[in-house]
Amino acid sequence: MRLKKKIPLIDQHDNNGFWGGKFGGSFIPETLKKPVEDLTNEFSKLRNNKNFIKKRDYYFKNYIGSPTSFVKLENLSNHLGGAQIWAKIVSEANGGAHKIYNATVHALICKAMGKKYIVGDTGAGYAGKMLSMAAKKFGLKCKIFMGAKDIKRQKPNCDAMRKNGAEIIPVYSGSQTLVDAVSECMRYWVSNCDTTHMCVGSTVGPNIFVKICGWSTAQISRELKIQIKQEFKKIPKKIKLINCVGGGSSAYGFWSEFIDFNKSQIELVGVEAGGPKKSKLHAAPLSRNAKIGILHGAASYVCQNNEGQINDTESISAGLDYPGVSPIHCFLKDAKRARYTYATDEDALKAHVMVTKFEKLNPSLEPSHAFAEAIKIAPKLSKDTIIIVNSCGDAKKDRDILRERLGKN
Amino acid sequence: MNSLISKAFSAARAENRPALLTYTVAGDNTKKKSLEILKSISNYADICELGFPHNTPIADGGQIQTSAYRAIKNGIKINDVFSIVKNFKKLKKNKPIILMGYYNMIYQYNENKFLEKCKKSKVDGLIVVDLPYPENKNFASKCKKRRINFIQLVSPTTSKIRLKKIIKDSHDMIYYISMLSTTGGKLKVSPKKILEKYNKIKKQNKSKNVVIGFGITEKTIKSLKNADGLVVGSSICKEISKSIEKRQNAVTNVTNIVRRLKNKIL
Repeated sequence: MRLKKKIPLIDQHDNNGFWGGKFGGSFIPETLKKPVEDLTNEFSKLRNNKNFIKKRDYYFKNYIGSPTSFVKLENLSNHLGGAQIWAKIVSEANGGAHKIYNATVHALICKAMGKKYIVGDTGAGYAGKMLSMAAKKFGLKCKIFMGAKDIKRQKPNCDAMRKNGAEIIPVYSGSQTLVDAVSECMRYWVSNCDTTHMCVGSTVGPNIFVKICGWSTAQISRELKIQIKQEFKKIPKKIKLINCVGGGSSAYGFWSEFIDFNKSQIELVGVEAGGPKKSKLHAAPLSRNAKIGILHGAASYVCQNNEGQINDTESISAGLDYPGVSPIHCFLKDAKRARYTYATDEDALKAHVMVTKFEKLNPSLEPSHAFAEAIKIAPKLSKDTIIIVNSCGDAKKDRDILRERLGKN
Repeated sequence: MNSLISKAFSAARAENRPALLTYTVAGDNTKKKSLEILKSISNYADICELGFPHNTPIADGGQIQTSAYRAIKNGIKINDVFSIVKNFKKLKKNKPIILMGYYNMIYQYNENKFLEKCKKSKVDGLIVVDLPYPENKNFASKCKKRRINFIQLVSPTTSKIRLKKIIKDSHDMIYYISMLSTTGGKLKVSPKKILEKYNKIKKQNKSKNVVIGFGITEKTIKSLKNADGLVVGSSICKEISKSIEKRQNAVTNVTNIVRRLKNKIL
């Protein structure tokens, strides 16, 4: 399996929508064929439309607040010794996480298609919160599908969604988490695709949703490339870009500009949710060698049993608690361009504690998984190695979990 | 030689009525019970669809989801589904059975192995909800080689050009989804409108048997009796749930519903 150079990864699929000949595709019910085709056509027009790009850039700058800052974590680096640790503080974006990029683009597409209703799924509640913000901003009616278990554990984001006027539809089927929320959202779209636009909250789902989301979050690495050049004059010789991976939208956005680089110069490291140390359950299909399966309209590595039933997952981080993963990350894994590993719940919590102790930074449990890997490898690396972590979410939403697990206010 | 599916349609046509197709989930609520239900309702149904349950169904409504989760919880495996079909066919060898489900189950089992197993257990047809045209071309031709009917789905959103291609590639039966909905939704389109679209499909090739499904209940079935066939699923699954809840005999209750459905289209 080989990557092509100078073509965005989101466009390196074949005519049937498969990356590397086997990941992705569009395994959808007949009813969704037409709306998916319409969306595909519309998106390919819009992304080549100068006015649309102008509009996107305008809202990225003035609404989302691009660029987000790129800083050195001096204290943490000094404490650990070894590599320099830097962070791209994507959580500065309006709303507190990278999900705002995809949400804003979907709202703009929804407007362009003349639809008034927008629906989306959410796990940690960030995708839902951002979609509700974007819907409010652009005058769209919004419904968010969310697992009942996640509604309980991510209350602050639910409050925000309701405040923005969105309706939260609790999903009680299955494990009552993100996987069921995505299913229910797709079912809703099947029934309402004539009037309603669907936003998939990550680089997962049928081919077109992977593309739209990746195209949106790619803003992160466009900014980072400029910032790295400003900071170091040129791209340093040893960089490691560490990002958490649930569906994989922030990781793709963080990496997209750097995929063409040699991996000995820029290593891409994805950190999945290993779940509780003592549990057999996890949400790490890439790093724990799950088999390829079809979930939510796409082929990818999926946590499943021999029969093809999707496994329950477990993670302290609702945003990573998903049995599948983006087909583009499967492609990056098999092409050996990116390396995938996992951090346990306990690792992530420890990393959160350490980062907040040394830095004025409050990463949510999702990027805390990435920090756990950075903390693990930094001491073994040379001083001229630049580790950059995407701090893609803010821990405000994790208030209740952190209080329970750490006894902290 | 005509397939059992074609014969079932011809027989119904000879009686000047649509064929009645039922949908139940294999293993709902146990392997034994679902076989009993199948045997009993097949006295009234012309073709029996049997679902192989998946725990992430993206096109099914609440009733069928409940049945599927119940069956999985009670331990149903793909091989059990095949043995249910095999046992059923021992008793009713001429009653067509269509397996219906999601592609991941087939993919994990291995396409070829799955189809061989279908052949051995005398499965007559297959509906794969999330394997649309043209992605299903290869699989559909594998089915054809083994004389298993691959049933193409058509929906209100299917474009004219697409419709033509799908019909051209279809086997004996085409499934028309009556409305934009998951299974078990309330019929939100008038029967007249549904039949208009149905006739457009029929016009393309009269020799294809076109059935209508989604939203068909005891209340609505009569209004659509001009179709070649009508599928009832969620109403039946709902009855199973109700029977379990009330500790009544699901076999009797479900059979009664199917009998009443049949009487409405005679």
